[in-house]
Amino acid sequence: MMLLSVEHINVFYDNIRALHDVSFTVGKGEIVSLIGANGAGKSTILKAVSGILKPRSGRILLAGKDLGGVPQHRIARMGVSLVPEGRGIFANMTVRDNLEMGAFTRNSREEIEKSVAEVFALFPQLRERASQSAGTLSGGEQQMLAIGRAMVAKPAVVLLDEPSMGLSPLLVRDLFFLIREINQAGTTILLVEQNAFMALSVAHRAYVLETGAIVLSGNASDLRSDPKVRAAYLGDVAG
Amino acid sequence: MEYFLQQVINGLQIGFVYALIALGYTMVYGIVRLINFAHGDVFMIGAFIGLYAVERYQWPLTAVFVSAVVGCTILAVLIEQLAYRPLRHAPKIASLITAIGVSLFLEYFTSLRQVFGPHFYSFPRPFPVVRWNWHGILVTNIQAVIFFVTVFCLLLLQFIVFRTKMGRAMRAVSFDYVTAGLMGVNVNVVISFTFGLGAALAGVGGVLYGIAYPQVNTFMGFMPGLKAFTAAVLGGIGNIPGAVLGALIMGQSETMVSAYVSSAYRDGIAFVILILVLLWKPTGILGTPRTEKV
Ligand SMILES: Nc1ncnc2c1ncn2[C@@H]1O[C@H](COP(=O)(O)OP(=O)(O)O)[C@@H](O)[C@H]1O
Ligand SMILES: [Mg+2]
Repeated sequence: MMLLSVEHINVFYDNIRALHDVSFTVGKGEIVSLIGANGAGKSTILKAVSGILKPRSGRILLAGKDLGGVPQHRIARMGVSLVPEGRGIFANMTVRDNLEMGAFTRNSREEIEKSVAEVFALFPQLRERASQSAGTLSGGEQQMLAIGRAMVAKPAVVLLDEPSMGLSPLLVRDLFFLIREINQAGTTILLVEQNAFMALSVAHRAYVLETGAIVLSGNASDLRSDPKVRAAYLGDVAG
Repeated sequence: MEYFLQQVINGLQIGFVYALIALGYTMVYGIVRLINFAHGDVFMIGAFIGLYAVERYQWPLTAVFVSAVVGCTILAVLIEQLAYRPLRHAPKIASLITAIGVSLFLEYFTSLRQVFGPHFYSFPRPFPVVRWNWHGILVTNIQAVIFFVTVFCLLLLQFIVFRTKMGRAMRAVSFDYVTAGLMGVNVNVVISFTFGLGAALAGVGGVLYGIAYPQVNTFMGFMPGLKAFTAAVLGGIGNIPGAVLGALIMGQSETMVSAYVSSAYRDGIAFVILILVLLWKPTGILGTPRTEKV
């Protein structure tokens, strides 16, 4: 059974259809990437999976459980952790409090401390700034905090919405290295990116989204050598 | 000099009561961006619960406070769920008008003979009044009670907001409720909790007000409510220390105006301050400008 299985969902903003009959799956332990141009519907998919938006039709299953009718905060408790576009840092709170918010659904103090220590080991800059207001962090540090905050939730699946946005090329490289590392430590990842080259180099499988519909899917390495994908999404890199 | 210091003491007395009310305005605004105009009436209900607890049941002081806290908390949570929650995603003006409606309802419904009644009722002193004379400045044990109870409430509030999981969730929801939901926070529960917490403080304020200015009436919440609202705006609406600071300034200014100018202007000064703040610095003393969220 797939960990996450999205079946024929249609999502609307008022009466504008943003997703057309979208289906895809994410298996346990995988990195699956959704790539597509700006406005293709990538963020909308992640909002639907995390419960911010409800599909008008179709279903979303997490480990076989239908998420239809499950309120947003319960979906988070069931192990879906979204790192939203723009990171969603609580800028009015300290770095430490942001991480504590990530652990909101967990109760064992001891376990939470362990997870926080893991995040600090991964991102030593965050430990140095633990009691600093998160609003004072640089863009790269905020992205680390957003990912760290998702990690302390001990999620079944992490949804990353354009984590490379606004980062320098060097930081982007580090970030994708880190995504692979987190995955190898056992976390399933659904990665949304406009940076298709990077996404396809880290993902196992990928889906290509165009104006709200999935037009291509396959192994990341196959897609990377697919002429259509190269022309549409990897032009600048392949040339 | 003694006269001046005496006024400072008197100003602190009323300022502390305003602080307890202002906190509810500011916390609720911080979390749902609503000016809860019914909040002054929750304060009034707290005073009446205190009156019954003292006069009819002769409960000990602690039980008087606890009964007002419990009563006001339940009332505010009901108001939030019945009146405001259905309008959460409606235009702001709908909630604002509803808040005024709830306020009027509480004032007129409770002034029915079958409820609290339409008159002024004297609030019996729950303990004998003791006056201390310190170099010509009079301090009463009522003022001491107001001081200690308010400080206790402020410390408790500080603890809840900054040291508990619920407080952290409150801060997160006030900043960005969608992202707070992504963390597994049940936003509805946090909003109810915030209304309840604000009302609990207003309930304490109501009892203290009844003890200090020993008369209650179902319309008594209007003026202190307005002044506490002004205090919250003055301090920076949404900002907790700001509400306390604003309330202390309000207490001082109205006491000083009635001592040195004329007591006729005592209430007027509140409006002067409100207008000046709105013209000069709408974000208040400690408030920071922030983008309005939907
Ligand atoms: N809040 C919204 N209201 C109306 N339309 C929206 C809203 N958010 C996104 N859309 C539309 O839905 C489509 C998909 O958007 P989105 O999922 O954000 O794309 P992507 O993340 O791939 O850039 C776009 O056409 C966008 O204009
Ligand atoms: Mg997007």
